[in-house]
Amino acid sequence: MDNFYIDNPELKFHLTHPLMKKIVALKERNFADKEKFDYAPLDFEDAMDSYDKVLEIVGDICANIVAPNAESVDAEGPELIDGEVKYARGTQENLDALIKAGLMGITLPRQYDGLNFPIVPYTMAADLVSRADASFVNVWGLQDCAETIHEFADEDQKKHYLTRVSGGETMAMDLTEPDAGSDLQAVQLKATFNEKDGKWYLNGVKRFITNGDGHISLVLARSEEGTSDGRGLSMFIYDRKCGGVSVRRIEHKLGIIGSPTCELVFKNAPAELVGQRKLGLIKYVMALMNGARLGIAAQSVGIAESAYREALGYAKEREQFGKPIIKFPAVYEMLSKMKAKLDASRSLLYETARFVDVYKAYMHISEERTLEKEERDEMKLYQKLADMYTPLAKGLSSEVCNELAYDSLQIHGGSGFMKDYPIERIYRDARITSIYEGTTQLQVVAAIRGVTTGGYLKQMREYEAADIKPELQTYRRILIQMTEEYEEAVEKVISVNDNEYIDFHARRMVEMAGNIVMGYLLVLDTNRDSKFWKSLEVFLKIARSENKAKAEMIRFSNINDLGRFKHE
Amino acid sequence: MKGLKIIVLAKQVPDTRNVGKDAMKADGTVNRAALPAIFNPEDLNALEQALRLKDSNPGSTVTLLTMGPGRAAEIIREGLYRGADSGYLLTDRAFAGADTLATSYAISCAVRKIKDFDVIVAGRQAIDGDTAQVGPQVAEKIGIPQVTYAEEILETKKSSLVIKRRLENGVETVEAPLPCVITVNGSAPDCRPRNAKAVMKFKHARTATERQDAAEDYIDLGRAYLDIAEWSVNDIETDVEQLGLNGSPTKVKKIENVVFQAKEAKVINGDDSGIDELMKELISNHTLG
Repeated sequence: MDNFYIDNPELKFHLTHPLMKKIVALKERNFADKEKFDYAPLDFEDAMDSYDKVLEIVGDICANIVAPNAESVDAEGPELIDGEVKYARGTQENLDALIKAGLMGITLPRQYDGLNFPIVPYTMAADLVSRADASFVNVWGLQDCAETIHEFADEDQKKHYLTRVSGGETMAMDLTEPDAGSDLQAVQLKATFNEKDGKWYLNGVKRFITNGDGHISLVLARSEEGTSDGRGLSMFIYDRKCGGVSVRRIEHKLGIIGSPTCELVFKNAPAELVGQRKLGLIKYVMALMNGARLGIAAQSVGIAESAYREALGYAKEREQFGKPIIKFPAVYEMLSKMKAKLDASRSLLYETARFVDVYKAYMHISEERTLEKEERDEMKLYQKLADMYTPLAKGLSSEVCNELAYDSLQIHGGSGFMKDYPIERIYRDARITSIYEGTTQLQVVAAIRGVTTGGYLKQMREYEAADIKPELQTYRRILIQMTEEYEEAVEKVISVNDNEYIDFHARRMVEMAGNIVMGYLLVLDTNRDSKFWKSLEVFLKIARSENKAKAEMIRFSNINDLGRFKHE
Repeated sequence: MKGLKIIVLAKQVPDTRNVGKDAMKADGTVNRAALPAIFNPEDLNALEQALRLKDSNPGSTVTLLTMGPGRAAEIIREGLYRGADSGYLLTDRAFAGADTLATSYAISCAVRKIKDFDVIVAGRQAIDGDTAQVGPQVAEKIGIPQVTYAEEILETKKSSLVIKRRLENGVETVEAPLPCVITVNGSAPDCRPRNAKAVMKFKHARTATERQDAAEDYIDLGRAYLDIAEWSVNDIETDVEQLGLNGSPTKVKKIENVVFQAKEAKVINGDDSGIDELMKELISNHTLG
């Protein structure tokens, strides 16, 4: 039987990272649940074995149900019937299989019927599902919105909604509107409190809402009349059972066609306030978006995995000039580059997921008891790392995903342009990853602080100081040189002392930092397992020359470039 | 009605769908070591029907019964991972070498020992022997009705089941009184995947022998549901003469290794002239006639 988890051993490699010991200990609170729940782990090894076995189920369903359905899901798409969404047949079949397998509420605590898994194995499940069908992860993977309820809602809401998510209900996050896309401060959907029945009611329109007809939706709405910025917005839960929202249209899209992107009309839809008023955007959406961005990074890596596999399979099979095309340098170079970038971006993804895990686990523990000083410091450190790495992972992996999809189609030649091969769909599906949940340009805006404050540099130094095998020293030396070059470039840009000038070079600097971080991660991966050797060598060759080009651009740049590039 | 007590008969078989060069030994017997052991595919279809019956009749239980060597405990665990509640492994040297007659005899003795059941569901046939005899023989030996070639259990009535049968030339809907034996076709829905919580709950389930073999590595959690019942010939009431090789009148005379000769496929149009041509060809090469 095919199994996407077993045939992709890189996942198990990342699952067994040394930091997992800390993550599992925090997440399981010294394995206290084992007395209360028959499926709770007994110790660290048992927990790791459970993650492994559950990912094997995901790999099985992905290979044997989700992937075979992907083509028909793409052809059919969802349907709009009387203001409600009907999924494509295959989408519904996928969802039913994952619900039956108990793969909802994966990260939620057991008291809400969840599996209490860390973010790392959950992200692996998303990685696998995305490889099978990128559109489907948008239906199943929105379960991570439940994390926001878990973090900020009151106990009654948690009990009510989280158990339903674990039971298989799907979610949506209703943020964007026709005039509020990247700029969510402009959200207009109105929330009015009715003094008589003590309930909130929502009125207005939301647009581009993924899985907009899901059972439970988190809605960003303007609760403070007369305000016009982000401080007038609050977060609400809308329960589909209550009614009041209809789907006006399902968008016709280039890719991820199976995922229903909805325009929603709220007409006096009853809703519950989450947490405190006015914190909707500035606190809750930020948390929600960070989770979602990690999700898109996983989706990007999963799509990149499928693009790489399609290219490799085709290049081995397709013969021209009397031999398989993989024998030609023009093709094998592309394939090696694809594999190196795939391994690098996956490594960055799971590094980020681990940081998120440590800080979130501490955060939840802090709701149960006061943290010790060292624990508090550690939480702050990991939160900082998570905030710094999330936009980096989302921004870079989605660009890598697009690059791989492009190259994979290129390797297919004319056949890749036809509907006959999966790469045509994969190529279309890849395109959205660098746009939604914040475009790459916006990820750069979030990541640039890590450049200007020296956050990434500090982390590079940490990696540099790690114990590695003597035979890997050469690669570390290359990375030390790249770090010096990066430092010099950043210093030069900052010394100009002009914010627009920093913005002008921001993407270049963030990408340089990303290449060095991924390079180090591959060194550490190779230190643990020599199967990454080839990817490390290839990646460093490419990264070094990419960074050099960017450093040159900065070296020969001055403030007058703003005038040169300004476009009216 | 209150819940049903459902027994599923399952067999661990060599994976004959993925046969390599060394699948057969020189003496013509199956080289089990070279073939991965799997859950017999149609028994998985049977398990799915049993689990659906359980879903639609709250309070029901599904118990797996299998006969085989010690490692067949894997079959029980697989069933538990997919939603079964418990299982019995029938294992003893005395059962070895059984043909369908001796197998159905041993299984019917075990069923008698379990005693309390409403329905037995089994796959139509196993992919190693392809006989389709064990299910029906068990029904005969226990003396209860049987419904073969089942594709779907449509309805549970007060003391009967309504079952759709898939036959060569169509579909037949029958009603059978409980208790009865149902054998399920491969055309029935696939078995559901493993369930995450069930896997985590039952992954430590072991038979007594497995616990002994693991010795100090085994952690006793004191949870009764983690004990997979293991029955030897002494645990069930049997006539030893009817067991294993002694009780098996089937003697294998000769096994031939067939290598398919056809090298190319031929497409025949599904219209009258295409069929006409095919018939003529089959008659002329004496396939028909």
